[in-house]
Amino acid sequence: MTEHADAGARDQSQLTQKRMLAEHFDALAHAKERGRKIVYTFVPGNVTELLGALDLLPVLPEINALQSGMRGRSVGYIAEAEKAGHSKDVCTYVKCDVGMLRSGNIGPTGQRLPEPDLLLLSYTGCFTFMKWFEILKQEYDCPVVMLHVPYQTEGTITPEMRAYVVSQLERNVIPALEKVAGRKLDMDELARRLDLSARAEEDLVRVWESARHRPSPIDGYFGGVYYVGPIFSSFRGTEEAVRYYRELRAEVDERVRQKKGPMTPDGEVPEEKYRLVVEGPPNWTSFHDFWRMFSKEGATVVSSTYTRVGGLYDTGFRHDARRPLESLADYCLGCYTNLGLPARLDLLERYVKTYEADGFLVNSVKSCNSFSVGQLLMLRKLEERTGVPGGFIESDLVDPRYFGKANIENRVQSFLQMLETRRRLGPGAPLPERKEARRSLPVLDERGLP
Amino acid sequence: MNDPAAAVLERARALVEDRKLSTVTRWKESHPGALAIGHMPVYVPRPLLEAIGCMPVALFGGGDAIDIIRGDSYFQSYICHIPRSTVELALLGDLSPIDGVLFPSICDVIRNLGGMWRMLFPEKYATYVDLPQSFEPDIGGAFYVLEMRRIARELAERGARPLDPARLGEAILRENERRAAIAELDALRREASWRCRASEAYLLVRAGGVLETREHTALIHEFLACARRRSGRPVDNVRVVLVGSFCEQPPLELVRALEKSGCEIIDDDFQLGMRMIDGPIEIAEGEDPLVALSRAYLEKGRDTASRYIGDLVKGAGLVRRVRESQADGVLFAAASFCDPALLDQPMLEAALTKAGVPHTSFKFSENMGQFSVIREQAGAFSDAVKLWGAEGAAP
Ligand code: SF4
Ligand code: SF4
Repeated sequence: MTEHADAGARDQSQLTQKRMLAEHFDALAHAKERGRKIVYTFVPGNVTELLGALDLLPVLPEINALQSGMRGRSVGYIAEAEKAGHSKDVCTYVKCDVGMLRSGNIGPTGQRLPEPDLLLLSYTGCFTFMKWFEILKQEYDCPVVMLHVPYQTEGTITPEMRAYVVSQLERNVIPALEKVAGRKLDMDELARRLDLSARAEEDLVRVWESARHRPSPIDGYFGGVYYVGPIFSSFRGTEEAVRYYRELRAEVDERVRQKKGPMTPDGEVPEEKYRLVVEGPPNWTSFHDFWRMFSKEGATVVSSTYTRVGGLYDTGFRHDARRPLESLADYCLGCYTNLGLPARLDLLERYVKTYEADGFLVNSVKSCNSFSVGQLLMLRKLEERTGVPGGFIESDLVDPRYFGKANIENRVQSFLQMLETRRRLGPGAPLPERKEARRSLPVLDERGLP
Repeated sequence: MNDPAAAVLERARALVEDRKLSTVTRWKESHPGALAIGHMPVYVPRPLLEAIGCMPVALFGGGDAIDIIRGDSYFQSYICHIPRSTVELALLGDLSPIDGVLFPSICDVIRNLGGMWRMLFPEKYATYVDLPQSFEPDIGGAFYVLEMRRIARELAERGARPLDPARLGEAILRENERRAAIAELDALRREASWRCRASEAYLLVRAGGVLETREHTALIHEFLACARRRSGRPVDNVRVVLVGSFCEQPPLELVRALEKSGCEIIDDDFQLGMRMIDGPIEIAEGEDPLVALSRAYLEKGRDTASRYIGDLVKGAGLVRRVRESQADGVLFAAASFCDPALLDQPMLEAALTKAGVPHTSFKFSENMGQFSVIREQAGAFSDAVKLWGAEGAAP
């Protein structure tokens, strides 16, 4: 998520984030010569505080994949993986990562990423994670440790679920990390880091909630992916993250005071015309084009679910130094894609209502069954429950073959026009008719065209 | 000459094709108040359901028997077929004898389908079965025991019998008898495939999805007795193991097309749930049968894509099965868009290539109607293996 600072005017927090990431990738590039150990793990359910407390450096393959997408490298990496026998049908993050590995494992800063000393399979909210690390296990000669995080079918964490995760942390994960680190975990250091996490989380939630203002000072999806960058990746539980989120919050508060809209690739949004909630991950290969489709029409995303995949803090959860392992367990269990569909729907309803959205949009990505299966039903139900219309577009994360720009732009525009018409009609305007009929959806093909 | 197994196979076929679940309806009529509990592939602990007086019903989608209309409007084009046909069946009312459905943790499609079910059919019971990925008895095993207790408790609240260890013990014994019968069937296929072909085993095992365990065991025994009376000679086909069809099932005609192409499928993972536990579920002296059921899953669960490999070597289990069954090669037959099968495939292929086992792959959909391309591909594979052995058929 380094490109943002290059686009449009820069806030101080963006520069801070850029520097943090550059330092992190530099630390990774020199890790081996400096004797630091590397743990590959996933964003949802990451236990960064534990890694940090043991001075281990995390590498997050999803972040590498999305970075490759933004830098235009993913298409080649995916082709490389498909040539090696990986199916066209499966998640492109995995293929992008496999292709990157086979092409020298060069990270977003142009430096080579170090090989892992351990693969920490935080198995949270996505089946593909398991296969991904099984594949990496074949590529690297290193141990794997599994952290199986049960699924929150009912949207609630039971004591049994928590106990299962805690016992894996105690019995499997911590010993494996200690072995790699060559030292024992210092629980005081872990507690200190959890405390720092909670402070950063508090500020992040304030930033998210600033979108209640009109105009919203933030874009909670396109801009939001930058805001969650540090906390999703390697910085949770660090002083740097606390500073970053304090700075970000101050900037956002100032925008509220000045009644300014969000920053976009083309500068500030002059007028907030539509307030939207978005479900689903963005496309990374045409990220700025995608963003512009909204920003140039005055559409601001006031909240999104993708920005909750690395932690759901705005329902009250905070890392808690008084219950270190239990709160790590609750964190893992609470990531957005680990919630049952009814709980996801409740959350979306809450966002639509709390942030007074005019509409919501689903970006359904081909790669991700975890997100995508059920979104068409969620669309119907959410319209029923909120009386607010939904739009539906399809694309992919890092495979540009499935980003049909003209088609997506048409759909976004018709959706925004529909919002405009409804606004003119006033309260009680009808919702779009959604027949249960064959081929009510286009078939997403390789040109991203219906 | 008349086939002595024709009648029993015909019965099995009728059970498989009974999409309105008339057997289940009859069962419910003869067991007033009892619940029929459906489950999606791959594996759920069926003895647990029987022990609490429920009829477990395996749901394998609509196959090629229904036209998908409403189901299509709930799934994007890049999602496999089984969830859309299952929703179609439910919206048509064909699953009305079913009082609830278990959605095991095999992939994100089945997982999310469980959530959809709760929204579409709020009056019916639906739950996720989170199978453990930690295989340590006091971690993953303990979690799984609690998971099974939860399901039993929730079903008891809906009219099932409370869980009783003695009844569970009996249900496990019945399951073991079924497992032994299926193992006999599998052995017959391996040793004398002209007496039991893959397409027949497919019907016989799948038919058990709508039968009580004891009845299913009897059906297989009846077939075995008939099959042993069959005359015939070995056919000159290559012996293959088929993998990747553990959830969405290929149409029976596709299995037959493969047989006609010269591939004798002597081992497969069709309806894997029925064979998930490798061997009997053993209850140790004084052991809670629920713990035994959990332990069997941890210790004897078959390698499959939805089960974490842990420290084992990916593909080693498949290579072993190929060797043990003296197969000549492997067919990868995954449902289109099936993440578990397709993500696993390159790893399994690499293991086979390393071991010098020929293999080929294709994708299918449960409702496909044209098999000529696959048949030709399988035919070419079989010819290559016959002519040149492992080297000639190497991909
Ligand atoms: S399937 Fe979805 S959640 Fe899983 S790795 Fe791919 S994009 Fe991420
Ligand atoms: S066919 Fe594959 S992806 Fe589809 S539901 Fe079954 S296991 Fe999941």
